[in-house]
Parts: sequence; C-alpha cells; structure tokens
Amino acid sequence: MPRNITDIVRAGLKKRYRAEARFRLYGITAILAALVLLFTLFVTIVSQGASAFVATELTLSVPVTAAVVDPEGTRAEATLSGANYRKLVLDALDAQFPDVQDRIERRKLHAIVSDGATYDLREKVMANPALIGTTVTLTTPVASDFDMLAKGQVDVSQPESLRRLNDRQIGWFNTLKERGLVSFGLDRNLFVNADSRQPELAGIFGALMGSLYTLLVTLALSFPMGVAAAVYLEEYAPRNRLTDIIEVNINNLAAVPSIVFGLLGLAIFLGFFGLPRSAPLVGGLVLSLMTLPTIIIAARVALQSVPPSIREAALGIGASKMQTVLHHVLPLALPGIMTGTIIGMARALGETAPLLMIGMVAFIADTPEGILSPSTVLPVQIYIWADSPERAFLERMSAAIIILLTFLVIMNTAAVWLRRKFERKW
Amino acid sequence: MIGKPFGRVLGAALLLSAVVLSAAPAQARDQIRIVGSSTVFPFSTAVAEHFGRMTPFRTPVVEATGSGGGIKLFCSGVGVGYPDIVNSSRPIKRSEFEACRAHGVDRITEVRVGFDGIVVASARGTPRPDFTRKDLFLALAREVPVDGRWIPNPWTRWSDIRPELPSVAIELLGPPPTSGTRDAFLELVMEPGCLEIPACQELKDTDPASFALRTAALREDGRFIDAGENDNLIVQKLEANRSAFGLFGFSFLEQNADKVQGAMIEGAEPTFESISSGAYTVSRSLFFYVKNAHAGIVPGLREFVEAFTGPAASGPEGYLADRGLIPLPEAEREATARSARDLVPMAVPED
Repeated sequence: MPRNITDIVRAGLKKRYRAEARFRLYGITAILAALVLLFTLFVTIVSQGASAFVATELTLSVPVTAAVVDPEGTRAEATLSGANYRKLVLDALDAQFPDVQDRIERRKLHAIVSDGATYDLREKVMANPALIGTTVTLTTPVASDFDMLAKGQVDVSQPESLRRLNDRQIGWFNTLKERGLVSFGLDRNLFVNADSRQPELAGIFGALMGSLYTLLVTLALSFPMGVAAAVYLEEYAPRNRLTDIIEVNINNLAAVPSIVFGLLGLAIFLGFFGLPRSAPLVGGLVLSLMTLPTIIIAARVALQSVPPSIREAALGIGASKMQTVLHHVLPLALPGIMTGTIIGMARALGETAPLLMIGMVAFIADTPEGILSPSTVLPVQIYIWADSPERAFLERMSAAIIILLTFLVIMNTAAVWLRRKFERKW
Repeated sequence: MIGKPFGRVLGAALLLSAVVLSAAPAQARDQIRIVGSSTVFPFSTAVAEHFGRMTPFRTPVVEATGSGGGIKLFCSGVGVGYPDIVNSSRPIKRSEFEACRAHGVDRITEVRVGFDGIVVASARGTPRPDFTRKDLFLALAREVPVDGRWIPNPWTRWSDIRPELPSVAIELLGPPPTSGTRDAFLELVMEPGCLEIPACQELKDTDPASFALRTAALREDGRFIDAGENDNLIVQKLEANRSAFGLFGFSFLEQNADKVQGAMIEGAEPTFESISSGAYTVSRSLFFYVKNAHAGIVPGLREFVEAFTGPAASGPEGYLADRGLIPLPEAEREATARSARDLVPMAVPED
C-alpha cells in the first residue's frame, strides 16, 4: 500500500509526543531531585541549629561584698580587675543549696555556672564600681552540659555512669527551675563573642569580622584589577599570540583548585613579603588571586555585550578612546561586572582550603581589630566547631551554617537583583 | 560626568594594591603563637583562653596544623615570624630535631602534658568484645600471615579470628592516613599485635622494611573505612550502623558515653583510671615544645607554660581533665612543671 508523507508523519506522531513528554519529565525530575536534596539539607541544619539561638539562662542574686572585691576600698582598677568574682558567683549559688557541704559535691554543683557569669560580673563591676556593697541580679547562660539538659538533648533514662551529669546535678538544676531561676532567652553570646572553648560562650562575631575584613581586602584588590585587566584586554589589546596565551591562562586560573592559591600565598606573601600569619590581609590577597579570573571573565563578557554602535557613536562625536570607555562602555557594562564580582565574593566567603596554609584555621579568642590582627573566617569557624568533642558545639555549628547560608543567599539575591534591575537589552 | 571620578578611583585602587603588597613587614609580636597537633588542640586552646582571661597578656593564637606540619613550621627559624610553641601528639623525631638545629632553633623545652587513649568504640547496647591487639591486627591488616605465608586478609567476621568475638562483619571506621590518631593506632596496636604472631616476629628480624610496610597497611576492601578527620561524624555513624566499630580519641568517648561504648583491649576498659595507670595499653603521651629563644621576646611565654603545667589546668582535678585529658601522675606533673618553668632544654632525642 502506497503511503504518502502525511501518513508516515501521523504514524510516528504518537511516539514523538511520548518522547517529548518523557524528555520534559526528565528535566522536571532533575529539578525535583535537586530541590528535595536542598530541602533536606535546610531542614537538617535548621532543626539542629535553631536551638542554638536560644540560651538557657540562670538568674542569681549576687551580693558584691566589698571584702572580696575591694578590701582596702581603693577602687583601683587593678584591684577590681583581679578580684575573685568567681567566688561571689559560686557563693550566691551555694546560698541556694545550703545543705550541700561536701567539697566534692560542691564542685559538682558549681559545674552549673558557666565561667561567663564570672566575666559578666567583672565587667559590670568594672563599669560601675558603685555596685560594690550592693546585690547584683545576674542573668547568664548556664554551662553547656546543663544547657543540653534543658533542651532535652541528654537522655536521662540512661544509667548515671554514662551521663556527663549525675542524678544530683540534674536534681539541683530542676530545683533551680522550680524556683523560677532558669529561663530561656536569645543567645547574645552567639552574636557578640569570638570563639571560646566553652560552647555557651562561643560566638561567631570574631569569625564574621574576620570574613568581613578578608572580603574587603579581596574586593579592594580584585575588583579594580579585574576591571582594569578586562577593559584592557577587551578594548585595547591587539589580537595576537600573546593575548591568546593570556586568555588561556586566565581561564586556566579560574579552574585551579583553591588550595593551590593557599600554597602560593604561603610561599609569596608569608615567605617572601614577610606578612603576618593568620591576618585577613593575607587571606584577602590569596582569595583575590582566586576571584580575579572570575571577575575578569565576567567583566569581559559584560563589555562584549555592549553593542559596537555605542562606541562608534561616542567616537563619532569626538570622544577619545578613554572617554568612550569610561563615559559610555563601562557604565553600561557595570551591572554585569557587579554580578560577576558578587558571585566571586560569595565563593570567596565560603572558602577554607587556601586559608589553612596561611594560618587562618586557628583558635582565636579575640575579635580582630583590623586587617593585620589574627583572625579566622566563618567557614573555618564551622569546621573547628564540627571537630570539637563537646556536644553543644554541634548546635553552634549548625547555627553558624545558617548564618553563613543567609549571607550567601543575600549576596546571590543581590546579584540576581542587580542583573534584573540594570540589565539592558539591545 | 560619572566617568572622571571613576577613572581616578580605578587608578587610586591600583596604586593601593601595589602599596599593600610592598608594605607591612613582620613587626614585634605581643601574642603567643602556637601550631601543631589537632589532638592537643582542644587542650591547648582551653589553656590559651583561660590564660587570656586571667592574665594581662593577650590570648594566644592556636593553629591546628597536625603534629608534623606544626613541627616543620616551628623548626623553620627563630624570630617573631615563627611560632613559639608546637603541640604534638608524639615525641619529636631526631630528624626533626636536627632540622630545628639547622635553622638555629637549638634550645627547645619538651613538656609532657598528659595522656590520650585511643578507643575502639561501638554503639551502646551492642555486645562489648574484649579485643587483643593481635585480634585487631588480624582484622585490619591488608596482608596477614597464614601458615607462614602472607596472603591478602581473608577474614570477614570477627568470630573468624577468635570464636569468642562477636559474629558480625568486620567493619571499622577510622581516621585518614594524615591523622596522628591513625599513626598512634599503627604504632600502639598494629605493630605489637603483629609481633605476637611468630611469622611476623621472624619477618621483623629478617626484613625490617617489609615489616614496617605490612604493619602500616590497613585493609582497603571496605573493612577498614576511612571516615575523615571528623570524630563526631564517626560517633554519628556508629549510632546508625550498630555492627560497626569506630576508632577515635578518648575525649570523644567521654563526651558521648551515652551513645557509644569503648571496647575492652587486653582485658582493660578505656577509663580515666585505666589509661592513667597504663592498664589500658592503647594510649600515648601528648607533648608541647617551647622555643626557649623566644622567652625574652614574646611576652607571657613563660607564664603560659606555667599556666599549662600548673595544677589548675593539668592537675588531677584541673579543667583539662574535664575536657578528657588524662593527667600525668602528680609527682611527674610536678617535675615536668618545674623543668618547664625553668625552660630546661631537652637533649637530642634518640631514635
């Protein structure tokens, strides 16, 4: 039977539609799979980390006796600074349990109070010496083991010997609870402190400032250098073998594993220039080496997308080459350049590997004051907490991840927004 | 005219980049710098924090670089550009000491801070075996001697090795080759475990190089699983996989005693007391080394060493014990504290 073209097409039509439907299904499945994974990641991290934003706090009325703080009544700063505030806090706790007399038992009782209470009291008295002789109401986080207990992360059904807290300690804590001295509040330490070995005192502020300084250095170096390089390569450079080689190398650099930049930083910035270890300056230098290729490539693409007619019109009315670039081409390409820069910065924010080599994977208890003081960065802080034996650090780690992710989302949203807002189509 | 200032900003920024690169040489330092072992890291940082809060000195900066990497940095020279202290989970080697001397670091004080036990742990509620080091060697070595010949490890269940052991598949999660814990495990378990077998003793006498190779090679057929540097992760995996065992430091067992249990080794349970007394055999000493030449240059160095070795930190009831450090016997700690305070330089290590 003779068949014409239409028949042949009709016969295959169903099959082709099915293939089409399957093809779309593959795409949708891929997207769904990615979303499910992302969702699981978020849910695990948020469910683990949410409780870290809440601190279990103990309120104690601490009599600040002059005999302990300032026996001679001089109110000299050295005396106030060195006074035994710990004794005051522990005496206030002992007053709650007058029947606990045994020395070893008392030590167990004292485990409830975090060292943070001592530091808080010291700070208060130093700021206002008039408090000496009065009774100060002190609300401070409890030690992390008890924080975990209050948050239900200690399995009290286990035999006593397997727990970090014994039955009496749990009993004392419950008594304090019944007396209304235990409360929950926003964990301020998480936001205002730098790292600490005591989970309840550890915070991300130090790492956050470290990240900020590091990124500032990175931005200050890689943005102008990247734009200048892109402008030259795009607007001035002749097309020859040399520029080809440069281009290939820039693309290669963008694909180099980041740890290699760390090794380079160790050899050049620390070894040759003698810059200090662990400094955000060096971290910024290393990360700008890493982000430079990204910015150059993005900037070149943005410059290429400015139509030649703009350049010709500018030149036509008598603008010099430099005026053309600075007044017309660069402003039009800027949204694209910014997008590339922000994405490069977001990558730099999440980087740890190159920083290991230059000493930024470290315990640093002071918040950095500038680009030369020792500091660490957010992802490194997460790594250090993940590796700590104390269980309370796990929730701190998740909280730090939430904060890091928030910054990354903000940066990436800004990049998308900039592109949408200023992008021009010709 | 947005162009003009833009051009100037660009020029100025380029200039700044050049200036930044050429400026800032190493200046005087008012802060102690510590590098080294990640096993000693939790203890060293705890002392550093305490020291920073309780004294007028600044809080020392502690980096976790691993023992080997730390010693290398420490030995690169004298001066504020180099670390003052290195933490180590093993004694310094003779070759490292020589390298130190070659760079002018000739006076080093060795300070032993305490012990760390290595535990073979499993999820709570699973049977608790009593391993010998020989059992562990036979279960984990890539090649084992059978009837005098070295063959690829044939055992799949613990009970294949000794009928008293649990009848579950051999599966042990442990740290990667770069870890000091793994080095210590090889030295403290695999080597002595191997030597209990006559064929192995023979090999050591006839071919020491091959002996070293065979005791250092762990199985790669999925029975020994490299679980990465993160000990918390191993604890979590043990909870999920109830037939597996995990290898990590005693401080992680102490913090997670409600979730995991340490297997007995040679009849001894890993506890504070048994490790301290030496009854639990898989334990090692932890050290730090001080660069004596820095004592006058970096403020607080002597005071820090004193704080670390003092009873408030390293004593039997010190705060380091709360964090899982197993303290030295009190008499030894006092002797160590004394020689540390006077910064008595160590002799050339033998090895």
